[in-house]
Amino acid sequence: MTMTVPVRVVLPAPLCTLARVAGEISVDVTSPVTQRSVVDAIELRHPMLQGTIRDHVTKQRRAFVRFFACRRDLSLQAIDEPLPPSVADGSEPLLIIGAMAGG
Amino acid sequence: MRGVRVLVGTRKGAFILTSDAARKEWHVDGPHFPGWEMYHVAGSPVDPDRIYASQSSGWFGQVIQRSDDGGKTWIPLDNKFSYEGDAGTHMWYDGTPHPWEFKRIWHLEPSLTERDVVYAGAEDAALFRSTDGGASWIELSGLRKHGTGSQWQPGAGGMCLHTIILDPTNPQRIWVAISAAGAFRTDDGGVTWTPINKGLRSGQIPEEDAEVGHCVHKLAMHPSHPERLYMQKHWDVMRSDDAGAQWYEVSGNLPSDFGFPIDVHAHEPETIYVVPITSDIHHFPPDGKLRVYRSRTGGTDWEALTDGLPQRDCYVNVLRDAMAVDRLPSCGIYVGTTGGAVYVSSDSGDHWMPIVHDLPAVLSVEVQTLA
Repeated sequence: MTMTVPVRVVLPAPLCTLARVAGEISVDVTSPVTQRSVVDAIELRHPMLQGTIRDHVTKQRRAFVRFFACRRDLSLQAIDEPLPPSVADGSEPLLIIGAMAGG
Repeated sequence: MRGVRVLVGTRKGAFILTSDAARKEWHVDGPHFPGWEMYHVAGSPVDPDRIYASQSSGWFGQVIQRSDDGGKTWIPLDNKFSYEGDAGTHMWYDGTPHPWEFKRIWHLEPSLTERDVVYAGAEDAALFRSTDGGASWIELSGLRKHGTGSQWQPGAGGMCLHTIILDPTNPQRIWVAISAAGAFRTDDGGVTWTPINKGLRSGQIPEEDAEVGHCVHKLAMHPSHPERLYMQKHWDVMRSDDAGAQWYEVSGNLPSDFGFPIDVHAHEPETIYVVPITSDIHHFPPDGKLRVYRSRTGGTDWEALTDGLPQRDCYVNVLRDAMAVDRLPSCGIYVGTTGGAVYVSSDSGDHWMPIVHDLPAVLSVEVQTLA
């Protein structure tokens, strides 16, 4: 039986503006809680964010988007690898960050 | 109120400049979408309150926005631009095959007759069409797949489809231009396409009169003479009198025939405008003087327009989509610079004044003439 859990997410400011949300959001994620399932849930709730965090087709993270949680950079882990338990149980948010880029 | 609405895309947001028909007093609204690169903002000729905007970011990719109230409010639309079928390859800078990859939308061209139809020109070069006001996009893949696509190579600014011209007398005919592939035309609504580059000569490619490979910077057409096209190429200003079947050079006495924009006077089909810059390396005007050049003879004989434009220490550029003309009885000409100024002339180019000085670098300027 599939189960959904509320996951806290902090979006980068430009995507908050695009999605017309302020600060932290909560999305219902179908477990297991992974990068893929969290972004699936974000895009379901906020369709205008499709393609802005990850590629429409390959589902790969955009090059200058990073995933942080629990003071760790999780960007390079596999998109189907479970996120830390404290993200899955809602005690820590998943931070989606616009990478330092430019100069 | 009869007047104009100028839609300005910049490196860091969009701005809407409005004035009455005198074009002396201006209201500046913006930035819309602050922080995002706004490659193009364009209004529908069918419904001027319908405006499309191409919003992009190196971090977050492409977003398309639409306003149905003249730019007061916006809704994000479909941003999925998928190449049809097997995307295939084009030629990379080093001559090797390189997969087609979507990067951004450079240009939006709303239909002349259908409110919900709009075209989008992409990098990597492709033409997309929406028939539902931007809610979904389909590639007109006959352009990329007509046979020369594998030979197309990016220009320095990327391999972008930057010009889309719709024929007001023939809805089946569309012209597009791609850097650095050339100009192309369809006569069947986008199903099949033909390169139209005969007469172009580009010293920067091995075969200087090749079928494709020319770095066309911009095309322009007057709606009363759709068979007559004007082109600003990487070097050379060109003209065709047969819908692009053959081109000939009309650079004439320009101080440099390198430039990006070209446009046609609203009421005089033989009056055209360019902004020469020094060279492909020196993307600024000769002698530090921003001069718009006007030809009243469809090219060859050019005069410098300087009154009100900076004539010393000016080293800005005017990009390919950053010139526009309004359709008021005394035709207005608009140019936006990489230095963040937008200049207007309300008398066909004789006298100029700045509307704004210090916007972010201007990527595009379009103007709507409002009843």
